[in-house]
Amino acid sequence: MQDFTRRALLQGGTALTAAGVLTGPALLEFAKAWAQTAQWKPEAGAKITLMRWKRFVPEEDEAFNAIVAAFKSATGTDMNVFSESFEDVQPKASVAANTGSGLDMVWGLHTLPQLFPTKVVKMNDVADYLGKKYGGWTDAAAKTCMKDGNWLGIPVATVGGYMTYRKSAVEKAGFKEFPKDFPGFLEMCKALKKNNTPAGFALGHATGDANAWVHWVLWGHNAWTVDKDDKVIINSPETAKALDYCKALADTFIPGTASWNDGSNNKAFLAGDLYCTANGISIYVAAKNDPKMKDLAEDTYHALWPIGPIGKPTEMQLAVPILAFNFTKYPNACKAFIDFMLEKAQYEKWLEGAKGYLTQTLNAYDSAPVWTEDPKRAVFAQASKRALPASGIGTVGEKAATAIADFIVVDMFANYCTGAKDAKGAMAEAERQLKRIYR
Amino acid sequence: MVDIALTPRAAKSQMREATSWDQLKHNRNWLGFWFMLPAMGFLIFFLAYPLGLGIWLSFTDTKIGRVGQFIGAENYEWLWDDSIFWLSVTNTLLYTSIASAIKFAIGLYLALLLNENMPFKAVLRSLILIPFIVPTVLSALAFWWIFDAQFSIISWSLKHLGLIHQNINFLGDTTWARICVIFANIWRGVPFVAITLLAGLQTVSPSLYEAATLDGATSWQRFRHITYPLLTPIIAVVMTFSVLFTFTDFQLIWAMTRGGPVNATHLMATLSYQRAIIAGQLGEGAAISSAMIPFLLAAIMVSWFGLQRRKWQQGENND
Repeated sequence: MQDFTRRALLQGGTALTAAGVLTGPALLEFAKAWAQTAQWKPEAGAKITLMRWKRFVPEEDEAFNAIVAAFKSATGTDMNVFSESFEDVQPKASVAANTGSGLDMVWGLHTLPQLFPTKVVKMNDVADYLGKKYGGWTDAAAKTCMKDGNWLGIPVATVGGYMTYRKSAVEKAGFKEFPKDFPGFLEMCKALKKNNTPAGFALGHATGDANAWVHWVLWGHNAWTVDKDDKVIINSPETAKALDYCKALADTFIPGTASWNDGSNNKAFLAGDLYCTANGISIYVAAKNDPKMKDLAEDTYHALWPIGPIGKPTEMQLAVPILAFNFTKYPNACKAFIDFMLEKAQYEKWLEGAKGYLTQTLNAYDSAPVWTEDPKRAVFAQASKRALPASGIGTVGEKAATAIADFIVVDMFANYCTGAKDAKGAMAEAERQLKRIYR
Repeated sequence: MVDIALTPRAAKSQMREATSWDQLKHNRNWLGFWFMLPAMGFLIFFLAYPLGLGIWLSFTDTKIGRVGQFIGAENYEWLWDDSIFWLSVTNTLLYTSIASAIKFAIGLYLALLLNENMPFKAVLRSLILIPFIVPTVLSALAFWWIFDAQFSIISWSLKHLGLIHQNINFLGDTTWARICVIFANIWRGVPFVAITLLAGLQTVSPSLYEAATLDGATSWQRFRHITYPLLTPIIAVVMTFSVLFTFTDFQLIWAMTRGGPVNATHLMATLSYQRAIIAGQLGEGAAISSAMIPFLLAAIMVSWFGLQRRKWQQGENND
């Protein structure tokens, strides 16, 4: 068992060298040593209730529970953790914010802290401490959590989504490697369809998958919902080009994508009906965990999103920030827990448990073992760095979050791709909806 | 009987006028009021207050997480020009009218059938309740699978029978998606109509049918002149509730399509939820919900005034 002392912890080096393999008793020992030196001391008798999003990779949940257990034991803080689906986290957090009770901390989706900036504990000290210690925060993560120079929460991680494809199908389509630009990607999708090994991307009300890829197409054409002053600029020639490109892509898709929710592409891919889609690493993890899908797992690879005419990455990745409410009786305990979550000793172990589903938002974790032990995970390591904030070039906040939750961009593309509206009609409807939100 | 001489003081005491409190305690009208008070409390607190709050919210810019300001009819003005809102209104009316009509037709047919003497009548009556006792979300998930674009059992069967060559895009095509959600609603709602109408049929005296049979009435004539008129009041009640339940349906749609594809199955209830809870625009969501009230009131009024017509209830021709 690794024996961690206060001196060893302060000196770093030896103790933290072994940190990447911290589990069970070693984790507890580390937690105890950390508790002695921690900048934030939990209040005596602290009790914290934390709501988080429901895990998609079981091992991530196990690693997270181990962190909670070690924190509880080392600090004497009583913690109650419960999970909700992604979409239920925000309404329940809002109820807590409104009533001023029920929860101390919430770990949810991208702009969550921006919804109630006056109800959260400012995390400037925690962000400064962690940022300095671990090489600084990635740009999109910081923008997601900051308002007027204050940190409203801490961006714990990013749930990265990338191209998931069957290598054999891509090679059969005549591509030695996954295309890196929009024209190449379209050609590949056409070839995949011709070979009856189609691609498919959600065009239904799929919160994560549909929003991610349509925003990638939109932004890749240098088209945006709003400009930097939050003026609605969706109705533009660039958007029209994005619509045309998307329509050409959609014509190559497996039928039914207009009805897809977030789970549909996972099912179709694992069933062997789908050969290229955009997703978190969960498809690959599920295939790898199932002995019957050994061949499929071996044939499954990941690639970065191709670059559009804009000439730089335009990825919408899902940041998952954590916040503490300012009505909590135990703000120090909350800050201490957040600090503990992101300390290297267990954070890297946690990333390993997530198997690539979570990507670090602190630069020092770029070299975490999770990204090298299976090369197929490697692209996910870049999710936080390549991501744009969910608002694009506009202001991060509740309006951007509302536009995404209302599927405005998804519906614009779906309207055009399914033939329900022409380009002008689809753009006009989206413009009208965005003006409603940004009024 | 003993006469008792009252002292002036006692007499004065007995003669005193009843106070307001005495009246409140002993007056029969006030007594009725006291008995009604708990019910009124429930109605005000649990029915009127949420309704009033919802209407108030619709005139504010309240967001989830913070209190809003009064903005007059702005939410309604934006909705007036909102094509998705009007699409949801159209969808709701279409969904309600088609599903309610078919539910009534099938429900009435089943009720008449189950009212006849047949073997295993009790078992059959129980079986018909199955769709009603299955939790809505569970049946919605089952239909979601049945109509899945890739894994539909219907497409699979038809393909294996050689009748189609590629899957039917049930939930990905706007027309098909509307048909699918209406079908699911009908499946779910038929038992309510059938069992309630069956209960109504049970109250019709067999002697009426016997007399009509002796008079040589055909089965259609017996239905037209005995069953239908006597069943009319319960039909009014059943259809009112059926229309209300269908108009406000949420779970089936949300679990099956989330309003897609391209908002083709968004009902007012689902759009309200999406805007209010998912997108956080509580005021606007409340305005969409409040916009449902006139339609629902109209449905109630039709039934209410129908039930007030006593002659109609008694099976006579309307004035």
